[in-house]
Amino acid sequence: MQLVKGLFKIPAFLLGLFLFAATLALAFLGPLVFHVDVSTRVGDPYMAPSAAHWLGTDHLGVDMLSMLVMGLRASLYVGFLAGVVATIVGTLIGVYGGYKGGLLDDILTVLTNLFLVIPTLIVLILLSSSMDKGRSLTLIALIIGGTTWTWSARAVRAQSSSLRARDHVALARINGFSTLEIVLEQILPYLLSYIFMVFILQTATAILTEATISMLGLGPYDSISLGKILNDAKTNEALIGGKWWAFMPAMVLVTVIAFSLYVINTAMEGVFNPRLRK
Amino acid sequence: MTDALKFQAKNISRVFGHGKKSVTAVDNVTFEIRDREIISLVGQSGCGKTVLAKMLLRLETPTSGELLFNGKPITATGDPRNHWRQVQAVFQDPFSCFNQFFTIRSQLKSSFRLFETKPSPGEIEERVDQALLAVNIKPKEVEGKYPFELSGGQMQRMLLARIFILKPQVLIADEPTSMVDACSRASILDYLLKLKEELSMTIVFVTHDIGLAYYISDSLYIMHKGKMVDRGAPDDVIKHPTSDVTKQLLEDIPDVHRQWIARGTPVHAAE
Repeated sequence: MQLVKGLFKIPAFLLGLFLFAATLALAFLGPLVFHVDVSTRVGDPYMAPSAAHWLGTDHLGVDMLSMLVMGLRASLYVGFLAGVVATIVGTLIGVYGGYKGGLLDDILTVLTNLFLVIPTLIVLILLSSSMDKGRSLTLIALIIGGTTWTWSARAVRAQSSSLRARDHVALARINGFSTLEIVLEQILPYLLSYIFMVFILQTATAILTEATISMLGLGPYDSISLGKILNDAKTNEALIGGKWWAFMPAMVLVTVIAFSLYVINTAMEGVFNPRLRK
Repeated sequence: MTDALKFQAKNISRVFGHGKKSVTAVDNVTFEIRDREIISLVGQSGCGKTVLAKMLLRLETPTSGELLFNGKPITATGDPRNHWRQVQAVFQDPFSCFNQFFTIRSQLKSSFRLFETKPSPGEIEERVDQALLAVNIKPKEVEGKYPFELSGGQMQRMLLARIFILKPQVLIADEPTSMVDACSRASILDYLLKLKEELSMTIVFVTHDIGLAYYISDSLYIMHKGKMVDRGAPDDVIKHPTSDVTKQLLEDIPDVHRQWIARGTPVHAAE
């Protein structure tokens, strides 16, 4: 509890939290404040911002603010789902390998390193372009999660293998705890703050990755995402035409989400990792 | 005293790693531990005494040699839990021995999972209370408390309370007194003697303090760099040390223990 209180005294953490809360508010409370509609044309293509349409319209004449809200939701969904998948897969592999040690650990480490050197982006591009129609938001999130878990696995493995040598684990063993019980009761609780930090990083990475592949035109077919808004702006000559409202707000939003999550993570690491504490 | 053997080690070694980087923690050691005896493994840090203790506990496996428990190879019973019903341990650092996410009482209760027939919930509570009283702690004192809310001395007594619950044949005490104050140290030694006398326990006392070892044990084994360099009855080892390591250890004795030795009445002699 002391640690959590300490966290709220760090300005960087508060800034990160505020920015992230603001993006969440825009995504989920926004529709309560203004009318969100992405299926009707409300005006001409690329209308400049006005009182009626605060961020103007896109190349089809759809309200840009509505597009942003829906895109933001999609990006958060991808980030969250991919973050959860990557954290769970990485944590399981890392904790088990780190605790068990020996041959099993070696095999899992080799597997992790193998996945680590596979260039995620290229795999994603290949997978996305090979799956023409079925490219849903969920599938993209799963692919991102399934290729980026190596970060969690490596981070968690290191912690787990140091916990393994602790006396309380030895005591649990001579108390007759099974390996699974030791991992769940004696090791995981000690790693919770750590795993939470890893999850934040994984989420931020996933949001950026989704934006990148959508920007390249390989995003989901079934929904709008921040990356897709950027792609639309690019393919429909908003950049050349100087229609800044078609791409600037989306760029800012992606940056703000990733920035806020990184700042939160850094601040938490300073508090939870005693070695970084001054 | 019966001469039945609890442990017999024949040329056991434990090597970590392979090839050039390998480290021999325990090097070709032969010894035996008789029933109802307090033996001490004495040596400086890194001499291999803890690794040897872990082999007796079946937490480490010898890389060569034979280790017998009650006349049978230590791995004869497939399920290590059979071994842990009979051989238990208290460790050096009482704070790191308990999981900080659970209450002390719930962790003491988890010891009952080793029992072949688990007592009823009511009986478990009762036996935990008895074990706490055996180490002079009122059950109310620790009710709902977490490990970090107790003092080092109290925590070390919690580890001993666990032993009063499990009542093993052999207790491996790995430096149980090195992290507590002088007052708690004396009481922990008293509890060890109580365990030996009341529950006829065999005790393996691992320490770097030869004075304490002399005070409490029936036999002394001095270890250095994985080998046993001196052994025998405490009086013989202390008065006629044969190795330089023993002489060095004797020079490092704290003054208070030197006085015990000078008085010449260790506990085992007074019996």
